[in-house]
Amino acid sequence: MTTIITPKIKISELNLSIDKQEILKNINVEIPENKITVLLGPSGCGKTTLLKTLNRLTDLYDNVKISGSVILDNEDILHTKSDITKIRQKMGLLSQRPYPLPMSIYGNISYGLKIKGVKKKKILDERVEHYLKEVNLWEEVRERLHHPASALSIGQQQRLCLARGLAVGPEIILADEPTSALDPLSSQAIEEMFLILKKNYTLVLVTHILRQAKRIADYVVFMYLGEVVEQGPAEEFFSSPKMERTKAYLKGAFN
Amino acid sequence: MLASLILIIILPFFLAAGLYLKSILIINENHLQDLLFSDIWKPAENKFGFAPFIISSLWVSLSAIILAVPVCLLSSIYITQYAKSSVLKLMQPVIDILAGIPSVIFGVWGVLMIVPFSVKAAGWFNIHTTGYNIFSGALVLLVMIIPFILNILIEIFRMIPEELSEASLSLGATKWETIKYILLRKAFPGIVSAFGLGLSRAFGETIAVLMVVGNVIQIPHNIFDPGYPLPALIANNYGEMLSIPKYDSALMLAALILLAVILIFNFASRLLIMRFEKYS
Repeated sequence: MTTIITPKIKISELNLSIDKQEILKNINVEIPENKITVLLGPSGCGKTTLLKTLNRLTDLYDNVKISGSVILDNEDILHTKSDITKIRQKMGLLSQRPYPLPMSIYGNISYGLKIKGVKKKKILDERVEHYLKEVNLWEEVRERLHHPASALSIGQQQRLCLARGLAVGPEIILADEPTSALDPLSSQAIEEMFLILKKNYTLVLVTHILRQAKRIADYVVFMYLGEVVEQGPAEEFFSSPKMERTKAYLKGAFN
Repeated sequence: MLASLILIIILPFFLAAGLYLKSILIINENHLQDLLFSDIWKPAENKFGFAPFIISSLWVSLSAIILAVPVCLLSSIYITQYAKSSVLKLMQPVIDILAGIPSVIFGVWGVLMIVPFSVKAAGWFNIHTTGYNIFSGALVLLVMIIPFILNILIEIFRMIPEELSEASLSLGATKWETIKYILLRKAFPGIVSAFGLGLSRAFGETIAVLMVVGNVIQIPHNIFDPGYPLPALIANNYGEMLSIPKYDSALMLAALILLAVILIFNFASRLLIMRFEKYS
């Protein structure tokens, strides 16, 4: 396995079970900084659960058992005593379908900032504009910032969700099949944005779309039935896979 | 199928029209203003003021709903957001059973338990009462509408996709902030309609309230005064006092007023819902 110079997140011996059913088995992954790491694999292989473990959304499940460690900035976030909301603010989350908060476009972006304690209207205005510009949404919505966010198209909503995640100043962006509900053009917009964002952020992207992984991945983690089958830099992974199961998947033998 | 659909749609109009035709006698002979706002109820002297009944009804049902709001809201939030899913599995049959109990049983229970409690509670404020009063009526109603409202609220909170909470949490909000700012807002139209339906139900509930509310014709001035709600007026007197001219017609008018108030509640909550639905 190629060594990675600067892992942003280090996952070691992670096991997770829900109601005694094993979802993740002995996961060891190092996620490189300022790169796009793709969690690849067929549906139901545990990719999404692994992603949610990273910002402890797994806390929401009943009867979860987790062991192992997830180290972020020298802190094991699975066993930390520090404030979980602070850790979550280090990571923006983009889900399969956009879920705009039940408020205006402006409200969606300023929500996280207000939670963080930013109160001044001038600063909020500035940030809202800045992050809407960052996701190329500003021109489309500047006239209707105070309209309900639910009135936007799905593609616009997904960009809005990205912007609201960026607004709280994360270092990492977690994306769970973020383009699966979008049309090809909106998907492309999101992918292009990821390529720009990786200069400043570490991205972890869950996908089952092989072509998408090939287009944007720097590092690939291939999972099957709750285990990591193979991982490595994208070029190496796609050109010379080592494991039989990876070869079969890349050939499209199963999905 | 179409015929039955049409039947359902026009049934309320038939109801209202029937009541109106029957009560037209009294409406023609008295000013509507007197009927609705006068508190003099002397059928033998041809004086029919409905104010005591309307105001009693409002007192009982509004007090019940005001008490129901925190109870139902907090318990539905607890059940759907904090408790393990096994708690809901345990609660659901209990709620369903409570919702299905015939109201006369609540009435009897009210006479046995709530009325004595009402005497005691009034004692804390140095008020003397028989225990048959608005307060007892409201408490009995409260127990009756809680399962009804709670069922709707639980359903509403369960329908909110989990990803919405996840979105808020991942922005650094705490669980309570997520509930307060996101879930309650998302559920607001549903919450309003749940309590609107509860209010309509409380307003129309007859037998259980009638058994504990005192049935004294007067405008109640505090919660420990006895009252005489509209449905009780109809149920107590229909078919008995027909020797007095126009009494029949007056009771029909009472029913018409009841129908109208419930329709107003319904429209008001619908209006509120529409205003807030835009943002959710």
